[in-house]
Amino acid sequence: MGTAIAFYVIAACILGFAVLVISTKDTVHSVLFLVLDFLFVAALYVLLGAEFLAAIQILVYAGGIVVLYLFVVMLVNLKRPPEAHADPHRKTALGFGLAAAVLAELAAVAVYSANTPARPIVEAAAVPVTGNTEVVGWMLYTSYLIPFEIASMLLLVAMIGAIVLAKREL
Amino acid sequence: MEAPAVHHGAMFDTNELVLNMGPQHPSTHGVLRVVLRLDGEKVVDADVVIGYLHRGIEKLSENRNWTQIILLTDRMDYVAAATNNVGYCETVEKLMAIEVPRRARYVRTILCELQRIASHCLWVGTHAMDIGAMTVFLYAFRERELILDLFEEFCGARLTYNSMRIGGLPLDLPPGWDKKVLQFCDIMESKVTEYEELLTHNRIWRERTKGIGVISGADAVALGLSGPPLRGSGVPRDVRKDEPYAAYDEMQFDVPMGTAGDTYDRYLVRMEEFRQSIRIIRQATEGIPAGPIVGKVPRLIKPAAGETYHAIESPKGELGYFIVSDGKSTNPYRFRVRPPSFCNLQGLRPLIKGHLIADVVALIGSLDVVLGEVDR
Amino acid sequence: MIDIFLIPLLKIVIVLNATLVAVSYLVLLERKVIAWAQSRLGPMRVGPYGILQPIADAVKLMIKEDITPVRADKWVFTAAPVISMVPALIVYAVIPFGPAVSLFGRRVPLYITDINVGLLYIVSVASVGVYGIILAGYASNSKFPLLASLRASAQLISYEVAVTLTLVSVILMSGSLSMVSIVRAQESSHLWYAFAQPLAFVIFIIGSLAETNRAPFDMPEAEQELTGGFHTEYSGMRFALFFLAEYANMIVVSSVATTLFLGGWLRPFPNVAMLGFLDVVPSWTWFLVKSFFFLYVFIWIRATLPRYRYDQLMRIGWKVLIPLAIANLLVTGIVKVVLS
Repeated sequence: MGTAIAFYVIAACILGFAVLVISTKDTVHSVLFLVLDFLFVAALYVLLGAEFLAAIQILVYAGGIVVLYLFVVMLVNLKRPPEAHADPHRKTALGFGLAAAVLAELAAVAVYSANTPARPIVEAAAVPVTGNTEVVGWMLYTSYLIPFEIASMLLLVAMIGAIVLAKREL
Repeated sequence: MEAPAVHHGAMFDTNELVLNMGPQHPSTHGVLRVVLRLDGEKVVDADVVIGYLHRGIEKLSENRNWTQIILLTDRMDYVAAATNNVGYCETVEKLMAIEVPRRARYVRTILCELQRIASHCLWVGTHAMDIGAMTVFLYAFRERELILDLFEEFCGARLTYNSMRIGGLPLDLPPGWDKKVLQFCDIMESKVTEYEELLTHNRIWRERTKGIGVISGADAVALGLSGPPLRGSGVPRDVRKDEPYAAYDEMQFDVPMGTAGDTYDRYLVRMEEFRQSIRIIRQATEGIPAGPIVGKVPRLIKPAAGETYHAIESPKGELGYFIVSDGKSTNPYRFRVRPPSFCNLQGLRPLIKGHLIADVVALIGSLDVVLGEVDR
Repeated sequence: MIDIFLIPLLKIVIVLNATLVAVSYLVLLERKVIAWAQSRLGPMRVGPYGILQPIADAVKLMIKEDITPVRADKWVFTAAPVISMVPALIVYAVIPFGPAVSLFGRRVPLYITDINVGLLYIVSVASVGVYGIILAGYASNSKFPLLASLRASAQLISYEVAVTLTLVSVILMSGSLSMVSIVRAQESSHLWYAFAQPLAFVIFIIGSLAETNRAPFDMPEAEQELTGGFHTEYSGMRFALFFLAEYANMIVVSSVATTLFLGGWLRPFPNVAMLGFLDVVPSWTWFLVKSFFFLYVFIWIRATLPRYRYDQLMRIGWKVLIPLAIANLLVTGIVKVVLS
C-alpha cells in the first residue's frame, strides 16, 4: 500500500518534470529539471530494491553526464540574447502526428505484453550472491562480460575522440 | 602616437578576451594597471598603464632648495627610503665636490644595507603571498619591524626618514645602536634560513616559479633592466662593485647571480642578497670609524652651474639621479630620477607573453616594482 | 514507532545542529590556527580568546543587505547556495560515530542509519554538490564568475575520479559498501586501512583537498585570481551558506577519511587487552579526535603551502593521482586474489 502510493507520487513527479524539461523556455532550467527527473528515477530504483543502481544513477547520470550538459548549455547561453524567440520553422502538426504514432506503438506493445506471458530472462537461483550490488557485479562480470567490455571500449573511443577534437597541438 | 597594444573596448573579439587588472587589485603592489589580452587562459599581449601615483616630484623639486628635496626623495621608493636619500645626496656631493667623512660613509652603507634587507623582506612576503604561501608574509614583516625599530631609534621615523643631509647625516648614531644592529644581524640570519625552508625547495613553489618569465641576459640589457632581474639572467652588473660609492670599496661581499633568468633565479638572487647584506652590515658596524658625521658644507647649498648623473644600487636596481644646476638659484634647474622599477617594469610586457593569468602576479612580484618610484 | 521515527528524528536533529555549530567553530579554529602559525593571535575581542566570534560572524552575515544582481536568474540564484549546502549535511546520515550503545534501556546505534551502499551514497551525494558551484557562477549573470565556476567544477569532477578509485580499493579490502561494515572489517583485520593501503590514503587526502577547494588547490577562489570566484555576486546569508558549505564539506571529508582509513570509532589497538584502560574513552570521542586530526592537518597545510596554478592542478589530478589510484587498485586486487 505504501509502496503503491510512493510509486504513483514518484511517477507523477517524473512525468511532471519531464514535461517541464521540454516546455520551459530557458535551456538551463530545462537541464535542471532533467536533473530532478533523474533524482526521482533514482528514488524509483530504491523502491524496486535496486539501491546500487540508484546510487550509480545519481553518481554517473545526475552528477556527471548532466553536469557536462550544463557546461555546454551555459557556455552557449552566454552568447544568446536573453529574449526568447519563437521558431518560425516549427512544424507543430508533424510533431503531434509523430507523437501519436509513438503512443500507438507503445499502446500496442503494452497490449501485446499484457496478453502474452513473459519468460523469465535470468534464473535468480543461479547467482550465488545476494544483495543488489553483488548481483549486478556478478552478472556484469560473468554473463554480460562482453557487453561490459564493449561499453568501456566505446567510452574510451569517445574520450580519445574528444581529446583529439579539443586539443590545439598534439 | 602608437596605438596601445590592447584595444580597450574589444570584448569577444575572435576568441580573445580583454581583461583589466587593477589599478585597485590586491596583487599589483600598488596602483598598477595591466590590461591583458587573453586567448583562453594565455596572455597574448599586455598593456601596462602607469601614472596613478604620479605626484609631480620632479617638478616640485624645481621649487624646493637642495636640502628640501631630500624629503621628496623619501617618497619615491617608500619601501627603502634611506637609499633614495643616499643616492640624491651623493649626486649633489658629486656636483659640488664635497668630501663626505669616512664615518658618515660607513653609516650610509649600514643604512643602505638595512634598507636592502627591509625591501627584500617586503618583497619575499608579498611575492610568496601572491603565490599562496601566506605565512611567509607575516614572518617577513616581523623582521621588517625590527629594522623599522632601528630606524626609528636613529631618526625618529619608520617609513620616510629624511635621514641624510648633503655632506653627511643630520644626526650621529644613538649610543648602543651598533650593538642592536649586530643583534639584529644574528636574528636575521636564522630567519632567512626559515624563509628558505618554507620556499626554496618546496615543490609547489618551484613549479610556480621555475621557467616563468625567462629573459636572456642580452634581452635584459636591451630592455634596461637592472638589479636582481638583470643579475638573475647572468649579467654581472652591480653598481656597488662597478662604481663603488659610500663605503662599499672597503667592504668584502659577493654579488649573487643567476643563470636561467627565470622567476626562481631572481628569487634565489634576492635570498642570497639577504645574506650578503648581513655580511656587509656586520663589517661596517664592527669597523665603523670615529669622526665627524657631516663634512665641510657651505651654509647655503648653491652648486655652481653644471650637471651630473650618479647612480647607486638600490634594492630594486640601479637608481640614478641627474641634476642640473644653473648656478644662480638655490633650487635645481632640473631634477630627474632614473627609477629602477620604471625600467624593470618595461620588462613586464615581453616577459608576460605566452604565460597564464596566474603567472602575471608572480611576474610582477618577481620584478619587484614599487609604484612610488615608477610614477614619482 | 519510537524506534522507526522518534529515535532517528532525534539523531537527525542532534547531528544537524552539531554539524552547523561545528562548522561555524571550524571557521574560528582555522583563523586561530593560521594566526598562531603566523605569529599572531587571531580573533581575540569577541568573548574570551575570541570564542564568541562565530556568533558575531553569523549575526553580521544575517543582517547584511541581500543583493541580487538585476538580470540574475532569481530561482537559480537562490537555489545555488542551498544546493551547495544540502549535500554536505545529508552525508551525515550514513557516517557512524560509534557502535550501538545502551541509552535509557535501549540499544541505540550511534549512527542515523546504515544502508548497504553507504559509501556509494556518500560519493553520489558529493557529486550532486557540484551543481551548487556551477549554478552560482551561472546565476550571477556575469562572465567572470561563470568562468571561475566552470573551472572550479571541472576541478571537482576531475578529482572525484581519483578519490572514488581509492574508495574502491578500500571496498576491495573490506568487502562491503556499508560504512559500519568497513569499520567492523578494520576491527576484525586488526589493521587500520591507512596502514594497509597507504597509497590510497595519501591519494584520498590529496584528492579531498582538491574536492573541497582547499589550499594548495584553491586557485578558483583565490583573491589573486582576477575574479572573486564563483561567489562574487553573493552577499549576506547566501554567501554565508557557500562558506559554510565549504567547511561542512571539509568536516565530511575528515569524517569519511576517519571511518575508512583510521578505523572510525575504534580505539588504538582494540585487540590488545593491555590497553583496555583506553576503553573509558567513549567510541564517539575517538571518532571526533581522529576527525579533528584531519581538520587540523588541512588547516596546517593551508597555512604553509603556496597554491598550484590551475593547469598544474588539473595535471596532477589526471596524470598523477588517477594512474596511481588505478595502479593501487590493481595491486590490491592481485594481492587479494593471491592471498585468498
